[in-house]
Amino acid sequence: MADFVQTLMTVLAVGSLYALIALGYTMVYGILKFINFAHSDLVVFGAWFSYTLAVKILPRLGLKLNPESPSLWVGGAILVIAMLACGLLGFVIERIAYKPLRKAARLNVLITAIGVSLLLQNVGQLNFVFGASPQNMPALLPDVELFRLTFAKGDGSEIVAIRLVDIVFFVTAGVLMLVLEYLVFRTKLGTAMRAVSYNTDSAALMGIPVDRVVSFTFVLGSALAAAAGFLFAMKYSGLNQPAQSTWVLLGLKAFVAAVIGGIGNVRGAVLGGFVIAFIEQFGAFYISSNYRDVYVFALLILILLVKPTGLLGSPLQEKV
Amino acid sequence: MADGPGNANSGGNQARQNPTTGPQPNVKSSPVQSLAEQKSTGQNPAEQNRAAQNPPMQNVLRGRTSVFVGLWPFAVGIILASLMYAILPGSVGPYYARIVMDIGIAMIMAVSLNIVNGMTGQFSIGHAGFMTLGAYAAGMMSYYGSLVMWDSPLKHGGMLGLGEWWFAVSCLFGGLVAACAGYVVGLPSLRLRGDYLAIVTLGFGEILRVILQQQSGSVITSGEALQSATWSQLFPLPIGGALGFSGIPKYTNLFWVYVFVTITVVIAYRLKQSSLGRAMISIREDEIAAQSMGVNVARQKVLAFVLAAFFAGVGGGLYAHESGVIVSPKDAGFQRSFDFVIMTVFGGRGSISGVMLAAVILTALPEVLRDFNQYRLIVYALLLIVMMLVRPQGLFGIREIWQFWPIRGTSLAKKEVP
Repeated sequence: MADFVQTLMTVLAVGSLYALIALGYTMVYGILKFINFAHSDLVVFGAWFSYTLAVKILPRLGLKLNPESPSLWVGGAILVIAMLACGLLGFVIERIAYKPLRKAARLNVLITAIGVSLLLQNVGQLNFVFGASPQNMPALLPDVELFRLTFAKGDGSEIVAIRLVDIVFFVTAGVLMLVLEYLVFRTKLGTAMRAVSYNTDSAALMGIPVDRVVSFTFVLGSALAAAAGFLFAMKYSGLNQPAQSTWVLLGLKAFVAAVIGGIGNVRGAVLGGFVIAFIEQFGAFYISSNYRDVYVFALLILILLVKPTGLLGSPLQEKV
Repeated sequence: MADGPGNANSGGNQARQNPTTGPQPNVKSSPVQSLAEQKSTGQNPAEQNRAAQNPPMQNVLRGRTSVFVGLWPFAVGIILASLMYAILPGSVGPYYARIVMDIGIAMIMAVSLNIVNGMTGQFSIGHAGFMTLGAYAAGMMSYYGSLVMWDSPLKHGGMLGLGEWWFAVSCLFGGLVAACAGYVVGLPSLRLRGDYLAIVTLGFGEILRVILQQQSGSVITSGEALQSATWSQLFPLPIGGALGFSGIPKYTNLFWVYVFVTITVVIAYRLKQSSLGRAMISIREDEIAAQSMGVNVARQKVLAFVLAAFFAGVGGGLYAHESGVIVSPKDAGFQRSFDFVIMTVFGGRGSISGVMLAAVILTALPEVLRDFNQYRLIVYALLLIVMMLVRPQGLFGIREIWQFWPIRGTSLAKKEVP
């Protein structure tokens, strides 16, 4: 039972990471109809921005991270700054690389996205950017155990400890998803985004500033990616170098989550994130952890063959 | 029934020239009508097939086909390969000879990927998966075959000796195994388009990498051990798992590499000229229009995948026997696939000679820029982005290099094929 609860906790954590990243994929796909391959690199940049801020920049400003009692406010500031920086990066990428290709064939945009992804990875590896060696993120929160769940097992008992990091992790991820839900479904800007996603040309005719909406979508997606990177760094602390394949794999699985949930569908992305995390973690725990990537991709292929539009996707219309 | 095949044809061309313009009513109505027309007049489907091609391109290519008829291109290739084998290592040293071999393998990979990505327009980014599968299959066949036959995994026989022929057979076996995988990967392409397919091919490479990593039996090093091996030593397969498969005999030399390059290139070129290749190109240009012209889209797509995977597997076999030291599951990852994708994109999707040139440049460039290794991939990435912004069809588009010579500079040669 304790194993089950522990795995469930992991599912929730990994699932919210996937969901946050998948949201960026799905929003961009919904509007521009292409896979933003560079999105996973924005997660990397978010994580590494957080690291750079915590280790290199904040100490210079006199804000020393106290390893004994780290402050919640410093963590919050790092999160916000990393989100802003990645949002700006996303904006610049969209303007320089994707905007000139708005009318080009989709394959060309896809190839450009791969190019941008390679560029970000390898620029990140440069010595004067983030460097090519893995680093450890300092603790941003005091290592406090909030409460523990006790399960009887045989004669003794097993415990699952819930730490402050876990709670902050879930709360941050949950709040971000709710904010996005509000933005997309309750505000004027969100309505504009959905209109552009539905039909770009008609939206433009109705007076919606398409370019601005697209840019905003990129900023939003990139900021969420940065938040995912920050949360990853906060919870798991070990940061691989930017071009490491584990990062790409993280992004890929998030993309798989977006596809499984129905790409272009904001709620589907969140659902997909948790489904993927569930399959991956429970498969890893109860079947074999060696094949955890295989479960995810096998599920993807299965879903694409059975229901190509994903769980919550609307049927595709074939246009000539 | 006023909209006959002629009208549908002009609609198809229009769609090809402006791929970005919106829905075109006459194209939309054409599938049913042209099929009905075909039934009523009993017209030859090949006629309809031809109608799906781009007439200017056909004119540009005509007259070149006869040059490549018969077996003699293979003979020329074999002679060139022998000359390279005889002269190059002695004159420029083993280091540069090795680079020339790498270039040959890259050519095989890029030209084969070009069949799927360039000609058929199905975006596959799992090509390294096929290559690695072929490498493992060929490596196992030659390594364990040598153990059984000659009781030692070392090279057997000299130039064109028994060992080398066994190696060539192993490479072809690697190709066959990869082709089977290509069939499996090609099947989803019937239902999925563009980005979705890209993700599936990418997922295939990742799945393959994980599975190969689990084949962690240690490599058996002597004939007796192999004879007395128990089942538990053979499953998981004795190919070293994540550590990689080491000890494969180093058979690959300039001769064999360029013999296989010749075979790949000539077959790819003839494919491009044939009705099969034309059908593939029509799928790339407009799948629905191609279908309405009677092209069997499903068959062509799977065929393209199988062919491309076969040659990738052969390339993998050559790669496995080149350094001989190690083939690692990591090779199946997407990062390596991107190298080949960049070659096809850079050379021009569909242009065989262009892609070969790109393979030469992009394989030699890192050697030249060895001191700037950190910046190599940055240069690649910028190259990709700038290429897409400035010349999205690649250096040569779908045409071959010689079609740019001024002697063929008619008005047709100047026309851009989108």
